[in-house]
Amino acid sequence: MDSFFEFFSFSDSSIISVTIGAILLTSSSAVVGTFTFLKKKALVGDAVAHAVLPGICLAFLLSGNKNPVVLMIGAFITGWLSLVLIDVITKKSKIKEDSAIALILSVFFGIGILMLTNIQHGGNAAQTGLDSFLFGKAAALVGNDVLTFGIVAVILMVTVTLFFKELKLISFDSNYAQALGIPVRAIDLLLTTLTVLAVVTGIQAVGVILMAAMLITPAAAARFWTNDVKKMTFLAAFLGGISGLVGAYVSYVAPAMPTGPWIVLIISGLALMSFFFAPGKGVISRFIEQRKLQNQIMDENLLKALFHLGEKDKNLFEARTTEDILSRRYFPIKKLTDTLTRLKRQGFLTSQNSHWKFTEIGKQKGQRVVKLHRLWELYLSKYVKIAPDHVHEDAETIEHIITPELEAQLEHLLEYPEQDPHAENIPY
Amino acid sequence: MDAFLIILTGSIIAISCSILGCFLILRRMAMVGDAISHAVLPGIVIAFLLTGTRDSVWVIIGAGLLGVFTTFLIEFFHKKARLQTDAAIGVTFTWLFALGIILLSVFAGQVDLDQDCVLYGEIAYVPIDLWISESGVVLGPRALYISGFVLIVNLFFVKIGFKQLYLTTFDPAFAATIGISVTLWHYLLMGAVSMTTVASFDSVGAILVVALLVAPAATAYLLTDKFRNMLIIAAGIGVFISAAGYYLAVYLDGSIAGAIVTVAGILFGLAFLFSPKEGVVFKRMLQKREADKLKAA
Repeated sequence: MDSFFEFFSFSDSSIISVTIGAILLTSSSAVVGTFTFLKKKALVGDAVAHAVLPGICLAFLLSGNKNPVVLMIGAFITGWLSLVLIDVITKKSKIKEDSAIALILSVFFGIGILMLTNIQHGGNAAQTGLDSFLFGKAAALVGNDVLTFGIVAVILMVTVTLFFKELKLISFDSNYAQALGIPVRAIDLLLTTLTVLAVVTGIQAVGVILMAAMLITPAAAARFWTNDVKKMTFLAAFLGGISGLVGAYVSYVAPAMPTGPWIVLIISGLALMSFFFAPGKGVISRFIEQRKLQNQIMDENLLKALFHLGEKDKNLFEARTTEDILSRRYFPIKKLTDTLTRLKRQGFLTSQNSHWKFTEIGKQKGQRVVKLHRLWELYLSKYVKIAPDHVHEDAETIEHIITPELEAQLEHLLEYPEQDPHAENIPY
Repeated sequence: MDAFLIILTGSIIAISCSILGCFLILRRMAMVGDAISHAVLPGIVIAFLLTGTRDSVWVIIGAGLLGVFTTFLIEFFHKKARLQTDAAIGVTFTWLFALGIILLSVFAGQVDLDQDCVLYGEIAYVPIDLWISESGVVLGPRALYISGFVLIVNLFFVKIGFKQLYLTTFDPAFAATIGISVTLWHYLLMGAVSMTTVASFDSVGAILVVALLVAPAATAYLLTDKFRNMLIIAAGIGVFISAAGYYLAVYLDGSIAGAIVTVAGILFGLAFLFSPKEGVVFKRMLQKREADKLKAA
């Protein structure tokens, strides 16, 4: 716990630089990742991330030192090359995109590994620490490195801000963007360059192997909370930043530990929580919505069945047993009793010795469903010219969905008809 | 002798991977293979912690199940959370792989595995890691037995299920109408891929195995239109890259697995340029000849 306070008091200036560096790196890649995510090119980032390894090794072999600018240039070149090759392979042969990505990713990485092991066995003393590019080391971000990587990160974010509208357009609808006169190819090129740059800087903190997560996961998490691209970009940057902060902390408490996996674990945890708990889009929220809809449909079908029975006997408020209801329409027993109890609790039904009876509002609700069903059947046969014996199925579904506004329009359009196509009365 | 054992083990692994890879690339599931090979890592570490060894059949089955679970998880995020497929793959495998690396770091003292092994395997140690029976008889390299076992299972699987795999790959709708369960064969194939990546893990690591899955299959795909031929050519390429890769690694004093993958990449490049039917160069020549003919006429 001591180290926790020590870290977050930022007493040590190196802590500040490591923290700022890590946050900048992770949030800038999250910002760029938002657009690759929206373009459904998320896995391309994975290929670029793996492909920068041979570039780093080559830059080291040629220059003999670990100057971050030189390594970044090397990484940039092979990262770019990998994207070009994926494009060429998919365009010029029958190899599909996913195979091309997997192929380029693994072959470039293999070449990188061959070079890296060759360098390591070569005994050049300067090479120690080159392998921290594999799994990332936020702690290595000190002094001039922070400045270099920080500047690139800021450039990334500023560029995205400047070209926000264009990037957004090509992510969703590049044909439309073209029609608007936006230079689509140039913007595509810009996004590709930004992706490579984001990878090249991000690997310092996260490492080449898990870098893909920094491009994909914050965007995927943010997507669950909003439909607005601007908000999504900010949120992705924020979530990425949190994981960067934790990465810096881990680097401080356990210097031997690679930071990449921790950063990825944190951002993935945030993403998993978003997948499950986000209101509206999350798995749980969707499940609840679905249950609600299922219950509503069940309720309405049951009230409808009761109304039909009442119509037949010309007594809408007669008490019915479950057998009576089942004689009209089949429901699974357990579901039927559950629904009856629920409807009673909500005040649509009353019950006495397992006989069930409409209340006034229950009758109205059942009547409305029956009315909507018959209005829709009439509409289909009159305006869509569907034969009367084919309209029932469709009406079964739509009766649960029609809104009061639509109901009024239907009534108006059909001029408050008396009967549906099956010559049954439409109750008002 | 050591060279022979290493090349033999490499070839056996490469044949297993190449054969499964043919199905993966035709099903457009190459990246799912990538995801599985990363995601089995925590399974291997946990199985190792529980059993104390990494070459038992239980490790292969246990960690292999995690691979199948990964495909479930991808499917779950895609279907239930409506996450687009590429992102579902990307989120799932990076998360599990990160977990695996952290487990490795935390239990570093108790697990005889290190990050280097995860990255590019230790096929060079194959001749040293011998399987010695209780009575003291040296039976040969352990990895050879494991990979041999996996190859036999794979060959058996493809032989028995050839019709089903073939149909569900090329025409799933037709397969379903004649009563073949597309889902069952999907998961059986995923199970085979998981098992194979786990078994290859020691020798080539979690990431380079992807190259063995994809590169020979993709190269063979450019060389033939017949599926059976594709399987045979891919397997042949697997053997060739193991041998050539070994000598390249010796020459450069680098990782053998890295060199095998490099050779695989070069072969693909050659096929891409010079394949008689699909190669870019011949296609261009053909185009030019046609254009000349038109001009002459």
